[in-house]
Amino acid sequence: MSIKFEINGLSVELDVPDDTPLLWAVRDELNLKGTKFGCGIGLCGACTVHVDGVAQRSCITPLANVAGSNITTIEGLSENGDHPLQRAWVEAQTPQCGYCQSGQIMQAASLLAYNADPSDAEIETAMNGNLCRCMAYVRIKKAIKLAVINAAAQQETQNA
Amino acid sequence: MHKINSPDQPLSTKLSRRGFMIGATSVGVTLAFMPAALLASDPAQALSANKFEPTIWYSIAPSGQITVNVTKAEMGQHIGTAFARIVAEELEADWADVQVNHVDTEAKYGLYVTGGSWSVWQNFDLMSRAGAAGRTALIEEGARLLGVAVGDCSAANSQVNCRGKSISYGDIVSQGNLSRSYTDAQLASLPIKAAKDRKLIGSETQALDIPSKTNGAAIYGIDATYEGMVYAKPIVPPTRYGSWVKSVDDSRAKNVKGYQQTLVLKDPSNTVPGWALVIADSFHAAQRAERLITVEWDAGATARVTEQDILNRGAELIEGSSGSLVVEDGEVDATFVAADSVLSQTYTTSTVLHFQLEPVNAIGLQKDGRWELHTGNQWQSLILPTLAEALEVPVEKVVMRTYLLGGGFGRRLNGDYGVPALLAAKALGKPVKVVFSREDDSRFDSPRSASVQKVSMAFDSAEKIVGMQHHATAGWPTSAMVPSFLGTGTNGEKFDPFSINGAQHWYDVGAHRVRAIKNDLANATFRPGWLRSVGPGWTNWALESFVDEVAHSKGIDPVALRKQLLTGRGKNAGHAPNSVGGASRMANVLQRAADKAGWGKVLPEGVGMGIATTFGQERDMPTWSACVAQVAVNKASGSVTLQKLTIVIDAGSIVHPDGALAQTEGAALWGVSMALHEGTEFVNGQVKDVNLNSYQPLRMADVPELDIEFVDSELQSVGLGEPATTVVGPAIGNAIFAASGARVRHLPISADAVKKALA
Repeated sequence: MSIKFEINGLSVELDVPDDTPLLWAVRDELNLKGTKFGCGIGLCGACTVHVDGVAQRSCITPLANVAGSNITTIEGLSENGDHPLQRAWVEAQTPQCGYCQSGQIMQAASLLAYNADPSDAEIETAMNGNLCRCMAYVRIKKAIKLAVINAAAQQETQNA
Repeated sequence: MHKINSPDQPLSTKLSRRGFMIGATSVGVTLAFMPAALLASDPAQALSANKFEPTIWYSIAPSGQITVNVTKAEMGQHIGTAFARIVAEELEADWADVQVNHVDTEAKYGLYVTGGSWSVWQNFDLMSRAGAAGRTALIEEGARLLGVAVGDCSAANSQVNCRGKSISYGDIVSQGNLSRSYTDAQLASLPIKAAKDRKLIGSETQALDIPSKTNGAAIYGIDATYEGMVYAKPIVPPTRYGSWVKSVDDSRAKNVKGYQQTLVLKDPSNTVPGWALVIADSFHAAQRAERLITVEWDAGATARVTEQDILNRGAELIEGSSGSLVVEDGEVDATFVAADSVLSQTYTTSTVLHFQLEPVNAIGLQKDGRWELHTGNQWQSLILPTLAEALEVPVEKVVMRTYLLGGGFGRRLNGDYGVPALLAAKALGKPVKVVFSREDDSRFDSPRSASVQKVSMAFDSAEKIVGMQHHATAGWPTSAMVPSFLGTGTNGEKFDPFSINGAQHWYDVGAHRVRAIKNDLANATFRPGWLRSVGPGWTNWALESFVDEVAHSKGIDPVALRKQLLTGRGKNAGHAPNSVGGASRMANVLQRAADKAGWGKVLPEGVGMGIATTFGQERDMPTWSACVAQVAVNKASGSVTLQKLTIVIDAGSIVHPDGALAQTEGAALWGVSMALHEGTEFVNGQVKDVNLNSYQPLRMADVPELDIEFVDSELQSVGLGEPATTVVGPAIGNAIFAASGARVRHLPISADAVKKALA
């Protein structure tokens, strides 16, 4: 049975078993390797993508659940890798090995989409499901706050 | 076994018969160290053979692009950036022109190992010399092209400037003839900048590998694909050694779309005995099929071993007299017999997983008469002979292709996970990509061994410390994987230096014995691994907890006692270049950390501070480190809240300050994680916790406040990837005692253990 959905603005149709996790469809069928496999049970967050704008663990999301949905992966988060969070991630020099960072950024983007100015506690709650094995947590939090500040500054410039 | 340079000294002090060559190659101009025997030959010809020695070389293209080639694995430490900064500093390169290339293995490139926090320490001087040679040649050739005297020229920002005239490095490469050779003596005489004149080293920069790690473009081993490849998922046997497949029933899996077959591996290298692989069109299909496949094994002899069995065996070995005397200074036995009093304690640690986030994986394939392994790895030179043995081919017939590592932490020093990929590729005659599930990765990990240690001090009638003994037993990675690295003790017995490092401390304690004993049951049950800092993960836990216990039992402030013992005299005076200043530098970071943290200030009830030090991994490469932990203890539940870590490190010159800080932040939090959150146990011959539902490393919400400072120094650069990992645990344990009176002697520290210690 084939399943249709949109991913990073493109319509796709896959002919794979409908209980295939979205993660493996994204990585191995659609060759979008930025979304990572970490634990396979939804507890590390490395596989985080947006399904209709909301962060989800693609490793435990069966394809059947995303039929007709809009999926965004790290490759589709911004046109040129310049989403405010991606720029802040570079500015804060956040990644070490980098393996978890696609998931961290997608999780943070989902947070900021619904809460443009989260408190420390709100950041911790939203990000606690994303394991960073290099333990770059200080800089992940710092980058999220930087993105908030940069976005506010940009807004002010536009208003002025 | 491959010959591998001992880590005792920087490579730079060991290489004698070499020189440096500059010559035109297909990429522009290549600049490289070469064996002295080749110095008389034509540089262009010699360089094209790539016989670089050591394997540090860079090139300048006619466009001006400078490429620094790096044999080190990139696993989050931004090592390429640090190396390139060192070259660019002396080359007077414009940083915008510099890029890093992580190269594949070739026998001709020599040694490939990334670990031990050695990279910068071993290569700083060589890379500086390489940069200086390039600068010297560019200035000479630039002057000639401009028709001015060399003495009137200097270099800056990839340009040679001569009294108002200038020419770019790229133009010199295209128009000039840079062909030159330098003997070792000439290299040594090249002017190297004084630390105060450095522009790049020690100043802030952005790591070159970071942008691709924010947009999904970075390619890790698990992202590699190869035309025509099939996927494979391991079926891990019940024991690490000695298991044998009796039967495979895959009848129920045959209906799974994409399932091909189950392959029972025959492994001449005996790295993966008793292994089967599920072969399928996709990894997901292999996973689905595996659930329907039944494998029966004859399990190896360790199928019933538990964590307690391993700890019991450790305790038994400690009480015996076997093992290697790593330190035997003075009349230890006589001192202890004559002592007025003796204090002894036993410390233990649990098994710890690497749990690097990218599960191990590899593609094996045959191409152009050679076998290729595509994977991220930290110690290619170690595993290549094993891969060749598994394939039954000469080692020259195997090459490893390099990818980013989704975490190393020592797991990928052991390349055992490459063996099944190549065995399957050979058996099936096509490229095979083996991907481990998280559970497979945990069960096949080379975990940090559980340990048992007994530490004692002898005191005279004036309560002066006159002797010390430290007996440590654990599974030894080095005897399992690279026996040629074993050291020899004063009693002629072999020891694993990585597993006892940290015990040869810088305190003056009088007669001193350090005894290392391999836990044979641990080594029989699993393949012990090197895990971030290795031995100091347990030796420093025992040492620094014990020093704290001694201080409290004698009524001395823990900072004051340590300072008394850090005299910097005799064998602790240090030596050039690595440990100039000796123990006095430890006393300095200790005091600085105490001052920063406000040591001695009045804290609320249930809150306390603990202090600890570490010199990192090796006495010969000390990274002077001190940490103050502040914790709150809930006496009713025993739960511990880590409030703050204050860390001061003297690592000599810091090449990439922000990178150094990032490494230290991560290392310190690893220490927190292993002290309070991580740890597993062996049950029936395998680790019990194989995924995040029960193995629970530190998360963001539990990160304490961090205050990290580096001592401003122009001395020899040493390592930074690991020291903070091992200083944190004992600082936390000592803080728990200060806060509550509970003395914990086991890692990880559980609320139950704190509660029990309070009872």
